[in-house]
Amino acid sequence: MDYTTIIGLEVHVQLQTNTKIFCGCSTKFNPDNPNVQTCPVCLGLPGSLPVMNRTAFDLAVKTAIAINCQIARFTKWDRKQYYYPDLPKGYQISQYDLPFSHDGWLEIVINKETGEKKKIGIIRAHLEEDAGKNTHDETGRGQDSQVDLNRAGTPLLEIVSHPDLRSAQEAKEYLEELKLLLTYLEVSDCNMQEGSLRCDANVNVHIHRDGQKIATPLVEIKNLNSFRNVELAIEFEADRQYRQWQQDGKTFGQVNKETRGYDAIRNITVAQRSKEEAADYRYFPDPDLVPVTVEEAYLQNVIDSMVEFPAARRTRFIQQYQLSNYDAAVIIDQGVVFANFVEHVAKICGDGKQACNWVTQDVLREMNDRKLTIEGFPVQPPVLGEILKRINDKKITIKSGREIFLNLLNSEDLSTISVARIDQIIQEQGLSIVADSGQLEAVIVAVLAKNAKAVADFKGGKQSAVGSLIGQAMKEMKGADPATVRELLLKKLAE
Amino acid sequence: MAETLDIEKVRKVAVLARLKLSDAEIGDYATKLGNILKYVDTLNEVDTEGVVPMVHAVELSNVFRADEVQPSLPRAAALQNAPKTDGTFFLVPQILEDK
Repeated sequence: MDYTTIIGLEVHVQLQTNTKIFCGCSTKFNPDNPNVQTCPVCLGLPGSLPVMNRTAFDLAVKTAIAINCQIARFTKWDRKQYYYPDLPKGYQISQYDLPFSHDGWLEIVINKETGEKKKIGIIRAHLEEDAGKNTHDETGRGQDSQVDLNRAGTPLLEIVSHPDLRSAQEAKEYLEELKLLLTYLEVSDCNMQEGSLRCDANVNVHIHRDGQKIATPLVEIKNLNSFRNVELAIEFEADRQYRQWQQDGKTFGQVNKETRGYDAIRNITVAQRSKEEAADYRYFPDPDLVPVTVEEAYLQNVIDSMVEFPAARRTRFIQQYQLSNYDAAVIIDQGVVFANFVEHVAKICGDGKQACNWVTQDVLREMNDRKLTIEGFPVQPPVLGEILKRINDKKITIKSGREIFLNLLNSEDLSTISVARIDQIIQEQGLSIVADSGQLEAVIVAVLAKNAKAVADFKGGKQSAVGSLIGQAMKEMKGADPATVRELLLKKLAE
Repeated sequence: MAETLDIEKVRKVAVLARLKLSDAEIGDYATKLGNILKYVDTLNEVDTEGVVPMVHAVELSNVFRADEVQPSLPRAAALQNAPKTDGTFFLVPQILEDK
């Protein structure tokens, strides 16, 4: 199909604070105990006064800097008026014309193999309060809707991208990179099930006809509660718009922006009932909240305390540990704890590439098989690093290293896992690489004597016969280095 | 110049504010609110050339509080002014339309 999909995303992120944005109520996710985290401020009772949460502002600025936004030196809060049962005041405190940050970008990797990147522009990021949660009667009997205001007043950061995304896949990449960044910065847990990260997509398509570009009317898709759904909804919607245009020929500007909801079960977007009146929010500055001015020293402080961003870390891993783009992405995309794990192992064993290989292969595989998190993984870097160090120092073979690793993982009592235990296993199972060539030679001589046929086969030109000889010698000498055994055995055979 | 306040504008504002007004009331408010706007319009006589627009009426800035949890209201207290509850939730007539 000859069209390009044009996408802009609006992402709402719940900031990881203890308390709500304008009052001291807890922000704990608590759906089983409705309406126990409210106070006169978040209930919108007369006479109550909101006061800005310092941490919410700090986290918001930290994020805005990380997505390369300009930070406004003066910012204020506005009231956005609309009526909805989950909004007790009849207005939402948000930011209208003077958001605290604007004009940034986020770089996404659009090809994991080559590491090819693309910059996605960010129009603005602003702070606002969340609404409560409505539960609708789904029996069709028209029962009352239930309102829980525990969430009302939770700090939200709204990040609005430019329409720079060109495919559903790119939209998903953008969200994944943003989520990774937010979790690295520890500004949000980004738990989509709990609604900590929500996304709306603005979508239309540019159809290419006879050298002309025809834009379809804009649609905003709501209710996107997983990255997979974002991808599916955009794919469906782009195709739907193309088909719609083939039918009615309506183009951008001829129809008002439409709001559609995504129905994950049927994998379609559905038009939501349009309002009789066009949205008219009558924003004005909230007289109860004073403006915020931002000083240079404050910003410098935030910048100085910033952690290494995922993108920077990816680049550093590629250079420092000679990793491919793909391998670096695998590590970084697992999250900050995983990346720290790799670096910790690397530091102890002294070989970054080896650490990366082990963690991305052995550790990741066991994590998945045993349904473990990296935080809860029984063999932590101080122990794993020492196993690898013993391999590097040629004290044990790679194979023995794997055995020790699995042996530790299978420990009945996980508290026994320690560096001392590694050496104990090496001792018990005789895994030390035998440096004493005299001892090794004796074993080989014995193996050759026992296997006259194999020796004769080999001498008769059957190269493969050597395999079973090496195998037997290795069995006798558990800790022997296979390369050394092979070398010595061939030497003996040649004699 | 003050915006003239016609009947249609008053009707629209009433809808936005969820106020149910009779035609007589709308006419009455159009006159009364129109007079208020006309009075405010006096400010247009002031020469504001070169004056930076004021964005906020309060001179203060940067008032913050620490991110420390304070006790919330007991549920019963939170619900006590609601027109309708089931003791756990606020109850409202069925919401048909999505935001």
